[in-house]
Amino acid sequence: MQEGAVLEMRGICKYFPGVRALQDVDFTLRGGEIHALMGENGAGKSTLIKVLTGVHPKDGGEVHIKGVEGAAVIRSPQDAQNAGISTVYQEITLCPNLTVAENMYIGRTKGAVANWKQMNSGADKILKSLGIPASPRQQLGSCSIAVQQMVAIARAVDMECKVLILDEPTSSLDEQEVVKLFGLMRDLRAKGVGIIFVTHFLEQVYEVCDRITVLRDGQLVGEYVIEDLPRVQLVSKMLGKELDDMADIKGESGGVAVSQEGAPVLEAHGLCSDAGIKPFDFSIRKGEVTGFTGLLGSGRSECVRAIFGADHVTSGSVRMDGREIKIKKPLDAMKQGIGYLPEDRKGDGIVGDLSVRENIILALQVMKGFFRPFSRAQAEAYADEYIKLLEIKTASADTPIKSLSGGNQQKCILARWLLTNPKYLILDEPTRGIDIGTKIEIQKLVLKLAAEGKSVTFISSEIDEMLRTCSRLVVMRDRKAVGELTGGDLSQSKIMATIAGGDA
Amino acid sequence: MPKGIAVDKQRRLRERAAMSDTTLLLTITVVVFFILYLAAILFLGGSFAKPQNFLNILNNNASLIVLACGMSIVMITGGIDISVGGVTCLVCMTCAVNLEQQGGNMMTVILIGLGIGLAFGLVQGFLVAHLGIQPFIVSLAGMFFAKGMTTIVSKEPVRVTDEGFLAVKDMRINVPGLGAPNKLGVYIPAYVEAGVVIALLVVALLFCLLRWTRLGRAFYAVGGNSQSANMLGINVRRTKFLAHVLCSLLAGLGGILYFLHVGSGDVANGAGDEMNAIASSIIGGTLLTGGVGNVAGTFFGVLSLNTIKRIVASLGFDEAWWSNITVAAMLCLFLVIQSVVLLRRNKK
Amino acid sequence: MMTPVKDPKVKTKQAGESGLKRLTRHQMFIPLAALALLVLFNLIADPSFFAVSIKENSLGNPVLSGNIISVLDNASELVILAIGMTLVTASSGGQDISVGATMAIAGSVILRMVCGGQITADTMQMPLLLAVLIGILVSMVFGAFNGALVAYFKIQPMVATLIMYTAGRSIAAWINNNQLPIINDQVFKYAGTFLPGVPVPTPIFITALVILAFWLILKFTTLGLYTQSVGINANSSRLNGLDPKLIKLLTYVILGVCVAVAGFIRVSRSGSINYSRMAENIEMDAILAVALGGNVLSGGRFNIYGSILGAYVIQFLTTTLYKYDVPSTALPAYKAVVVILLVVLSAPVVREKLASLKKAPAKTAKEVS
Repeated sequence: MQEGAVLEMRGICKYFPGVRALQDVDFTLRGGEIHALMGENGAGKSTLIKVLTGVHPKDGGEVHIKGVEGAAVIRSPQDAQNAGISTVYQEITLCPNLTVAENMYIGRTKGAVANWKQMNSGADKILKSLGIPASPRQQLGSCSIAVQQMVAIARAVDMECKVLILDEPTSSLDEQEVVKLFGLMRDLRAKGVGIIFVTHFLEQVYEVCDRITVLRDGQLVGEYVIEDLPRVQLVSKMLGKELDDMADIKGESGGVAVSQEGAPVLEAHGLCSDAGIKPFDFSIRKGEVTGFTGLLGSGRSECVRAIFGADHVTSGSVRMDGREIKIKKPLDAMKQGIGYLPEDRKGDGIVGDLSVRENIILALQVMKGFFRPFSRAQAEAYADEYIKLLEIKTASADTPIKSLSGGNQQKCILARWLLTNPKYLILDEPTRGIDIGTKIEIQKLVLKLAAEGKSVTFISSEIDEMLRTCSRLVVMRDRKAVGELTGGDLSQSKIMATIAGGDA
Repeated sequence: MPKGIAVDKQRRLRERAAMSDTTLLLTITVVVFFILYLAAILFLGGSFAKPQNFLNILNNNASLIVLACGMSIVMITGGIDISVGGVTCLVCMTCAVNLEQQGGNMMTVILIGLGIGLAFGLVQGFLVAHLGIQPFIVSLAGMFFAKGMTTIVSKEPVRVTDEGFLAVKDMRINVPGLGAPNKLGVYIPAYVEAGVVIALLVVALLFCLLRWTRLGRAFYAVGGNSQSANMLGINVRRTKFLAHVLCSLLAGLGGILYFLHVGSGDVANGAGDEMNAIASSIIGGTLLTGGVGNVAGTFFGVLSLNTIKRIVASLGFDEAWWSNITVAAMLCLFLVIQSVVLLRRNKK
Repeated sequence: MMTPVKDPKVKTKQAGESGLKRLTRHQMFIPLAALALLVLFNLIADPSFFAVSIKENSLGNPVLSGNIISVLDNASELVILAIGMTLVTASSGGQDISVGATMAIAGSVILRMVCGGQITADTMQMPLLLAVLIGILVSMVFGAFNGALVAYFKIQPMVATLIMYTAGRSIAAWINNNQLPIINDQVFKYAGTFLPGVPVPTPIFITALVILAFWLILKFTTLGLYTQSVGINANSSRLNGLDPKLIKLLTYVILGVCVAVAGFIRVSRSGSINYSRMAENIEMDAILAVALGGNVLSGGRFNIYGSILGAYVIQFLTTTLYKYDVPSTALPAYKAVVVILLVVLSAPVVREKLASLKKAPAKTAKEVS
C-alpha cells in the first residue's frame, strides 16, 4: 500500500461474455481526497465500481484496503460495507416500499431485532442536518426521485466509511441540491474519507475534485492531479484523440436561417396535461431549433410530453401547419409527423430484450399498421442504413439493445424516430448520461436536421448545449412557462436570471 | 418522474399523513370484515351472533390460517408457493399411516409433519433462491410431487383410531366469558380446538417476526426491489431461501393442524387450499408483486373468506359450486379495490 | 457499460467455442434434448413403443393405433392451449391458470347448444358450426374478462385468472343447471375421434390447422413484434404508438379462442362432460409446455414453436409413464421430478457452472504452456 492510501486496486480484470470490460486497471485512492473517475460511456467506470463493491466478481487483480491485512475479499455488497466502502449508485438502489428511515439503516445494523425508535430518530437527525425534505416514517416510494437520491446519499454518508463512492449521483439533482452535496463531500474530505466521484459533468469535476483517473476502453489512461490537467486535455484523454469538435459546433450555431413565412409547423395554445403543468403556449417553425429550459422538475419534460400526447391532455388546442388537430395519444402525434425521444431512456425509450433492428423499426412499423409487417429484408435494410449513418456500435443488428452502451442505445432511439421521417422531432435530454463524443455527435445532428428543414425541440440540463443548438428558449419555472428568450438574450447569464426569476 | 424540491415541500405534510401501502390495505381488510360480519348478524340473524359459530370459523380453518400466513411471507418476498395444499395432504396421509400402521404417537406425527415441510422448503428454497428458477414453476412441481406421493403412500383413506391422538383431537379449550345456554337452559361454554391456539400463536409470532426483526424487514426489502436490497447489503438469496423454508415449514404445521381437525388421511385433504391461502392473503392485503402485506391482514382475510362462504350458504345456495363462485367474486372485488387504490396512489 | 471486443484473438476464441455452446444455448435445445432422451429411453426399454398398427375402432372403421398416434392425438388440446398461453405469457409476463376451468365452460356451452337444453340428445339440435362459434364467443368473453383485469386493473395475471380458476367449473355446471348432458350424435364426435374413412384422429388435423393459422397470423401481422414489445417494456411501447392495454387484452382474447377449440375437442371425444375432472391440471401442463419451450415466463421474447414442441414432449412423457403402469394418480409425482430436472438443467446458473467445469481443464492447460 502506498503512503496515505485508503484503497488500492491492482491489475483488475473483468470479462463479460464477448466483452473485455476491464483490463489490468490500477486505481489508488488516498484518504481525504475527492477522486474523479472519468471516461466515456463503456470505458469501464461503472464496472470498476461494481467490481469494487462486490456486485460483479472480478476475473483478476487485487484490492487492498487500509486496515485489512493482505488482499481484501469482497464478494458481495455486504462485504464491501463491512470493509468500510459505501456506495451511491447511478440508479436509485433503495426499496420504495420501505420507509425512509428503514432504507437508511437496513442491511447495516447488527443484531436480529429492528429498532424502529432508534432508526427513526437517527434518520430524522441526518435528514434535518442535510436539509432533505422527507420524514423518516414516510414510505420512500412517495418521495420524488431527487429526494430518493438524497436519501441514498444520506445513507452512504452516515456509514462510518473509509471510502465513499458516488456513481453519477447528480444526474437527478437540481443545482441547489448539487451545491449541498458538494458541501457534504468537502466536509467528509476534511474528515479523511476518500471519495470516488463519477460524473459526466466536467464543471463538477473541476469544482470539487483533487485528482482524476481516466479510463478508456476498459484500460487505465492515467492518474492526474487536477491542476495539471486542463479541461481540453481531460476530454482528449477520455476520447483518445485531440479534439476541435467543441469549437466546430460553436461556429455553426445560429447559422440556420429560419423562415418566418407561413404558419408555424406546430402551434399550441393553452396546452395542459394531467401531469401538473400550467397551461402554456408554444410554437415552432420549419427549420427551427427551440428548447425548453428550467430546473429539473420545472415542467419542461411535461410540456413536450403534452405536445406528444404522452400524458393525458386536459385542455388547449394544437395546430399543425395551420390546421387544427387533436392529439390524444402518442399514435395521433406520430401520424402528424411528430417524433419524441423520451427523457428516461431505460424506462420509456428502449425495448430492452428486442434487437437493435426491431428497436429501430418499431415506431415506423406501428405507423404502418398491424396487418402490414415489414419483410425481414426491408427491416434489415433500414437497420443497417441507420447503424451506418449514426455509427451505432453494435455487434450486429440482431444484438439485444440492452447490451449496448448508453450512448449507442440513445442513437438507436434517434434512429427509430429519424426513420419515421418526422416533420417535428422532440429530443428530451438526449445527451443525459452519455459520453462527450456522442453528445457532440447528437448536437451536430440536431443542427443538421434543422438545416434540412425539420423542426427540432431540444432539451438538456446543460445550458451550454442548449446555447449551442437552440435559437429560441422557453424558460420554465415551477411548472409554468415564465419567459421566452431569443437572439441576443441567449446567454448563460440571461437564462440563469430568467430561471431564477425575481427582477428579471 | 423527477419533481422539483419546491413542489416537494408543498407535498410534505400530505405525504407525512399518508399511510404506507401495508397499513392502508390492512385497514381496508379489517373494516370490510367487520362490515361483513355485522351485516350478517343484522340481516341473517341469530346464527351469526352466536359466539360458537364465530369460533367455528377458527376451528375449521386453523390449518388455513397457518398456510395463508406462510403464503403471505413468500408473497411479501415477491414469490409464490402453490405446493402448500399438496404438502398438507401429504402430511395428513403420512401421519395417518404412521399412527395406524406403524404405531406412531403424537411426537412422531409432529416430527413427520415438520420434517416433510422442512424437506419441501429446503428443496424449493434452494431451487428458487440459488438456481433462480421461478417460484411458480418450482412450487407447481412441488404440488404435483406432493399429491402424487400421497397416493403412493396410500390410495385409500386412512381413519385414525389411536386414542392418544383422538384425545388431542377432541380437546376443547373453553373460552371464558363466551357461551350460551342451550334449549334446555344448560350453559354451554364456547370452545376452540387445540389447533386454533397454535394457529393464533403462529400469527402472533409471525407478526412480530415481520415487524421487529431484521429478517422480517429483509423479506419486505427483497420483495420491494431485490436488486436494491442486494445493493443495500441484504443477502437476497438467503432471504428468499428462508422465506420458502418458513412457508413450507408452516405448510407442514398446517398439515398437522388439518390432520388434527379431520383425524384421517385422505387424498382429497387440503384440496384447493393453496388457492384459499392465496385468496386469503390477497384479501388480507398482500400484493403478489411483493413488498406489501401483513399476517394480521391475512388472518382477517381467512375470516372474511369464510364468513362470505357462510353467508352464501345461509342464503340458501347450498351447492358447492356457489361457494366457489362467491369466493371468486370476493377475490375479484378485492383485487379490483386494491388495484384501484394503489393505481390512484401511484398517480399522485 | 462495455465495449465490444475488437481484439481479433478473442474473437476467434469466441467463434471456436461457439459450436456446442451455441447449440446448448439455443431456445429449442431443452425440449429437443428432452424429446431425444424420451425417445432413446423408449427405444432401449421397449422399441415396440413406436409400433403403429391399423385396428378397427368401435364403429368398425380401420384406424391407426399405437403410442405415437396416441401422443399426437392426446396432445392436441395441450398444444392449442400452449400456443395461446405463449402469447399471454409474452404480453403480460404471467400465465392464465384458468384455462382448464374455461375449457369446461366452453365445452358446457357447446354441449348445451347441441343438446338444445335437454339432458340427452340423439341428434344435434343446432348446426355444429354455430354451436362451436357460440362456444368460441363465450370463451372470448371470459378471455376478455381475464384480460381486462390484467390490462386495465393491472392485476398480476396469475391472481387475476385465479378468479376464473376458482369459479370456472362452477359456472360450467351452472350453464347446464348442474346436469350432465350427453349427445349421442356421431357427427358431433367426429372432431374428437375420427372422420369416416380417415384413419388419422381428427384432433391431429385440427391442431395442424391451428398451428397453420398462427403461423399465418405471425407472418402477416405484427402481432409477434407488438406482443414482445409490450411484454418487455410497456412504457416505451406506448410512446411508440402502441396501446399496451389493448394488446394484452387481445392476447387473452386469442387465448380464449384457443381454449374454446381445445374445449370443443375434449367434449367431442366423449360427447359428454364431467365439470370437475374435465381437463384437470391442464393449465399446469400448458404452462410447463411454455417453459419447456424455452420461453421466459416473465414475458417478452417468445417462440410458439418451442411451446408446441414442449407440449408434445409433455404428452410423450405422460404416455410413456402410462405405458410403464404408473398409476394415473401417482403420475404427477413422476412428472414433477422430470420437470424439476429439466428446469434445473436449463437454469442459467447451472448452465454457467457446467460450462465453467468444461472450461476449467482447458484453462489450466493453457496456463502451463
